[in-house]
Amino acid sequence: MEHYLTLLVRAIFIENMALAFFLGMCTLLAISKKIEAAIGLGIAVVVVLAITVPANNVIYTYLLADGALAWTGIEALASVDLSFLGLLSYIGVIAAIVQILEMVLDRYVPKLYNTLGVFLPLITVNCAILGASLFMVERSYDLAESTVYGLGAGLGWALAIVVMAGIREKLKYSDMPEGLRGLGGAFMIVGLMSLGFMSFGGIDI
Amino acid sequence: MTDKTKDILFRPVFADNPIALQILGICSALAVTGQMSVSLVMCIALTTVTAFSNLFISIVRNQIPSSIRIIVQMTIIASLVIVVDQLLKAYAYEISKQLSVFVGLIITNCIVMGRAEAFAMKNPPLPSFLDGVGNGLGYSVILMTLAFVRELFGSGSLFGMQVLPLATEGGWYIPNGMLLLPPSAFFLIGGFIWVLRTFKKEQVEAVEYPMAPNTVGGHAAGEAA
Repeated sequence: MEHYLTLLVRAIFIENMALAFFLGMCTLLAISKKIEAAIGLGIAVVVVLAITVPANNVIYTYLLADGALAWTGIEALASVDLSFLGLLSYIGVIAAIVQILEMVLDRYVPKLYNTLGVFLPLITVNCAILGASLFMVERSYDLAESTVYGLGAGLGWALAIVVMAGIREKLKYSDMPEGLRGLGGAFMIVGLMSLGFMSFGGIDI
Repeated sequence: MTDKTKDILFRPVFADNPIALQILGICSALAVTGQMSVSLVMCIALTTVTAFSNLFISIVRNQIPSSIRIIVQMTIIASLVIVVDQLLKAYAYEISKQLSVFVGLIITNCIVMGRAEAFAMKNPPLPSFLDGVGNGLGYSVILMTLAFVRELFGSGSLFGMQVLPLATEGGWYIPNGMLLLPPSAFFLIGGFIWVLRTFKKEQVEAVEYPMAPNTVGGHAAGEAA
């Protein structure tokens, strides 16, 4: 249990997707002008990450990894290594899950769908989603670990975008140099936030 | 080379730079610019993928049903990235280890998708290919500039060769360790945009809440308003 808690805290704070690995930056900079939008997108990312990372883990373990097809019982398949197809499968799975999620939400939870609706398609091309799956493979997490990791990575990213939107909403009222207004300033803010999050790096858990 | 071809190839490098102006593909720009050699490999990989994905998507552009075009584009791009990834693992294993997941993340790099969607779907193969190369070069210019500053002042070397002798090894240069930390890339890009917009006023974003002018009497701007 403690192991999973550690993993969760690491994924949220120390290895924050947005501020330590800079994944999903394009979306983070584009959608962080309003807090409501940031919260909506944040929730959508948490949901999608918590589903796709374990799903990709299953696919990697039972289809793609070296010798993963041994469970079929067919001799010729036991030694097949399909890991080079990884990238193609992960992005396919992500695109498919986002699509399915969109349809399921539309059918059963229309209220949530209306809130998240516009953000869901954006998520397919959010590098934080694919990045989490790739990190999961690189660090060879098992199914339970990858679920926790997916959840933590999503929460970390959501935290970053909401905090960022909060700061930018306040900053609208301040007198910035012309060239830094908007995008330039946003970069400086992310830089400072990222420096702040680096201080979590010293925590040993 | 006609004027039009030249325009397609070089416009994205300075006039319409994908990172500085279109704000595409920032993720990897930040993470891999600590060393010049690593970012050079990343630039080559991205330029190749963008150019060829544009070429292939443009070839089949009339056969793709528009409702599933994103998936088709993704599949083409992902296949190309797999090829690049395998080549890197075979011939530049050390660097591919340092790039870790960022080669795979070329798939979701907005430059590749953005150009496929905005240019290759509407234009014939050859111009699309050149557009891909041009945007790849535009990305490379920024990436190499960042890497140049970060490696030169962060560790006193270029492409791993010591240029400024370090104080710890009897030289005179005390490296600025902060430039090796990832957040420094944000400040560099932010500063870069600042400089760019100082010269190109038309890119400055409009203010939502204009400031009242500061009155000479010594009152704060807020009171004067």
